[in-house]
Amino acid sequence: MPEPVKTRVNDFVVKFANVNGSGSASANGMFAKSILRMGVPVAARNIFPSNIQGLPTWFEVRVTEAGHLGRRGGVDLMVAMNPQTWDKDVAEIEAGGYLFYDCTKPLPAAKFRNDITVIGVPLTAMCNAAYQLPRERQLFKNIVYVGALAALLGIDLAVIEQLLGEQFEGRAKLIAANVAALHMGHDYVTENLEPLRLQVRRADAVGDRIYVEGNSAAALGAVYGGATVCAWYPITPSTSLAEAFTGYCEDLRTDPDGKARYAIVQAEDEIASIGIVVGAGWNGARAFTCTSGPGVSLMTEFIGLSYFAEIPAVIFDVQRGGPSTGMPTRTQQADLIGAAYASHGDTKHPMLLPADPGECFEMGALAFDLADRLQTTVFVMLDLDIGMNEWLTKPFAWDDARALDRGKVMTHDELEAGKDFGRYLDVDGDGIPYRTYPGVHPSRGGYFTRGTSRNPYARYSEEGAVYVDNMQRLLRKFETAKALIPPPIERKARRKTPDGVIYFGSTTPAMHEALEALEGQGRHVDALRLRGFPFSNEVMAFVAGHERVFVVEQNRDGQLRTLLMNEGGVDPAKLVPVLHYDGTPITARFIAGQIAQLMAMAQIEAAE
Amino acid sequence: MTYITKPQLHHPLLAENSLGFTRRDYEGSVSTLCAGCGHDSISSAIIQACFELDLPPHRIAKLSGIGCSSKTPDYFLGASHGFNTVHGRMPSVLTGANLANKDLIYLGVSGDGDSASIGLGQFAHAVRRGVNMLYIVENNGVYGLTKGQFSATSDKGSKSKRGVVNHDAGIDLVGMALQLGATYVARSFSGDKAQLVPLIKAGLMHKGAAFIDCISPCVQFNNHQGSTKSFDYVREHNEAVNRLDVIPPRGPISVDYAPGETVKVAQHDGSVLSLHKLAELYNPNNRAQALGYLQARQARGQVVTGLLYIDPDSGDLHDSLETVDTPLNQLGQADLVPGSAALAAINAALR
Repeated sequence: MPEPVKTRVNDFVVKFANVNGSGSASANGMFAKSILRMGVPVAARNIFPSNIQGLPTWFEVRVTEAGHLGRRGGVDLMVAMNPQTWDKDVAEIEAGGYLFYDCTKPLPAAKFRNDITVIGVPLTAMCNAAYQLPRERQLFKNIVYVGALAALLGIDLAVIEQLLGEQFEGRAKLIAANVAALHMGHDYVTENLEPLRLQVRRADAVGDRIYVEGNSAAALGAVYGGATVCAWYPITPSTSLAEAFTGYCEDLRTDPDGKARYAIVQAEDEIASIGIVVGAGWNGARAFTCTSGPGVSLMTEFIGLSYFAEIPAVIFDVQRGGPSTGMPTRTQQADLIGAAYASHGDTKHPMLLPADPGECFEMGALAFDLADRLQTTVFVMLDLDIGMNEWLTKPFAWDDARALDRGKVMTHDELEAGKDFGRYLDVDGDGIPYRTYPGVHPSRGGYFTRGTSRNPYARYSEEGAVYVDNMQRLLRKFETAKALIPPPIERKARRKTPDGVIYFGSTTPAMHEALEALEGQGRHVDALRLRGFPFSNEVMAFVAGHERVFVVEQNRDGQLRTLLMNEGGVDPAKLVPVLHYDGTPITARFIAGQIAQLMAMAQIEAAE
Repeated sequence: MTYITKPQLHHPLLAENSLGFTRRDYEGSVSTLCAGCGHDSISSAIIQACFELDLPPHRIAKLSGIGCSSKTPDYFLGASHGFNTVHGRMPSVLTGANLANKDLIYLGVSGDGDSASIGLGQFAHAVRRGVNMLYIVENNGVYGLTKGQFSATSDKGSKSKRGVVNHDAGIDLVGMALQLGATYVARSFSGDKAQLVPLIKAGLMHKGAAFIDCISPCVQFNNHQGSTKSFDYVREHNEAVNRLDVIPPRGPISVDYAPGETVKVAQHDGSVLSLHKLAELYNPNNRAQALGYLQARQARGQVVTGLLYIDPDSGDLHDSLETVDTPLNQLGQADLVPGSAALAAINAALR
């Protein structure tokens, strides 16, 4: 037996290795939430395959009283329920860690490691004895191991019982059966095994934070942003965003007489989805679609029309592994360039880059103000990690005094007063013209919207000078957007340093932990978290103010780095890529390791 | 499309409708289509229909895709908002526009290239959703802008201007519309204004997906011997099943058809469609019969025109979605934003 490690309280990683379709997701999620209910923050990641059943799936729960919400890397306790991935799972356990397995069928010693502690519970035998139906035996096995883990880790059983009550509210028989299974596992461990040296203790480290998926948060943001039309087509990992919007609208946007203050259409494809959004935006409704990279590819013609014809639209792009169909259920940040320049011809689109569900809510609402203000497509760039995983995040907040910004819309009365209306006139010098809603006035304000070139009064024109003038105005509008995009957030190192790092989105929590680790090693890096595109002057000042800037992102080609070079004219040699793109959420260890290695190599080169 | 402004002067004694508009008020810019193009006749029929129905031009939203036909919304209803979208995708844009404001009248104009090829899917889905619109396909069976290729509605065995024989079966958009659940389906001919104008009027007043397949010969590339979409061919093979008149709820109208059996169909808005039967056995309230009748006549080489099907009890997409009576684009912040109190409850449920 290895030397027992010191008991670690509220600071360890548990990973569940399951078979997709075995019904484990609910039990694993309950395990995570029970710890949260004990006042201890958790960071949970669901890593699942793109099939219905049979392939491996993992659920990683980081118990972290310190509040680190990214992945750490490494596993302290592996709950190995999938024979297919046994060897890989066992190899992933940290030295001194634990392996929990179903010991109904004995395994040879060669299947274990001598630097870990093995805990066997005869789950199959217990369930076979207790249940008759095969499906019951499988489903309750998950609850049995949750009960066993509760005993091993010191989780309060009453908390889990309460969660079961909430999950199966009104179904007393199901609650009783699940509670019985829970106790079966718990009792076995209590009678036969010792608690682990990984323990959960009640704490008060969660505060008022909420535990929610980014997709759900973004959908709620769309409700608060005043979106009334949603057209969508199912695609992982964005589907739950549309479904959440539907649920929130049913709860929050239904008239007393049962009528809907919204319209949601599951379109026939992604092209129709964005077409409906463009039509609704043209006609004065706030409209959005949600999709992923492959959907954005299909939508690009309409996105170009939105850009050129200047029609508000919002797209929630929940990014995943790519290119093409790639890894549909794995996370990446690989749509940046595709979204920023979507469509043929010269186009540029604003993007918002939320870092957690809290920002998904805020930016979900903000996107509609920006789309109306800028009269263009605005992307909200989530990814699978934020979108489909539950994150601990600040509570949603809304200022009731906040007014929706409908942008420059010329009203009936303004038209009646004889104000000059030229659909594409730059009246205010900010590149943003005024528009009218169809049907607003019997004789004024009507115009023809088209994708072909036109003069400031919306009359078709192929005059070169007219076209250039229009394209330059669109660039001016993009400049205006810089001031409207949420500014980046800078985090200064404790000491003055020539090194900087730029990052965004779901990388954020792992990045923050990595910065702490690097500081601990005496490596100081100033950090800038981007929250949108186009890049503001502050972003370029940060790059200019450092000799070397690491750019951390989850794609192969350094797409953010490319955007910085392209839009900011930054010397490529100055931007050092730190790239993670295997489909799993980036870890603090990976970032800190990569940056430390790059800094060390640079030191060696400098010394030579 | 070229924008040519029409002279503002017009005859001072032009007839006015009940809104005080003359026919000129329903016109648009000067057409740049070929002289004699059937599409211009359809534009003229739209203008006449809207004028006669006393529709406020600005309350009509006209949308189109890409192609000769899709240029035409520039040539009528100049005071209306128009949207020349992208190839084949007008139906989705119209659907979105309709969702935003249910109070406007939506007129979709498309062509056989636009609707029967790239846009076939969007055409189908807009129809099956029951979007409240009049969708007119100006069907010339040829790609005119790219100089004469067959379109998907070109009949099998018909010939191109160069004499090439089309080996692919033609898509019958009327048959499709019937199968997809359109609640108003008609076919007409750009050269038969007496038939077309009432069909457009009734389609504009219909609640739900109204579809008119209007054969509109292309004088440049598909008006020759061997074409089944030429003026001569359609005139020779046209079989009108009925003649239509529209009686709006607000005013009397004279029926100028020859005496015979007349069927009256009341619509939701109070208008009455007066159908004078030409084909004795034809029943425009029976979808299945309509399909069978069409296919039988098609096999004989006949082009059936007239009002082919109508469901007087039709609904639309807003009925299905059970949306509020106020157009969505007119809902205020108080209607849309649930506020901080609702958010506090949501936060509590997420802990």
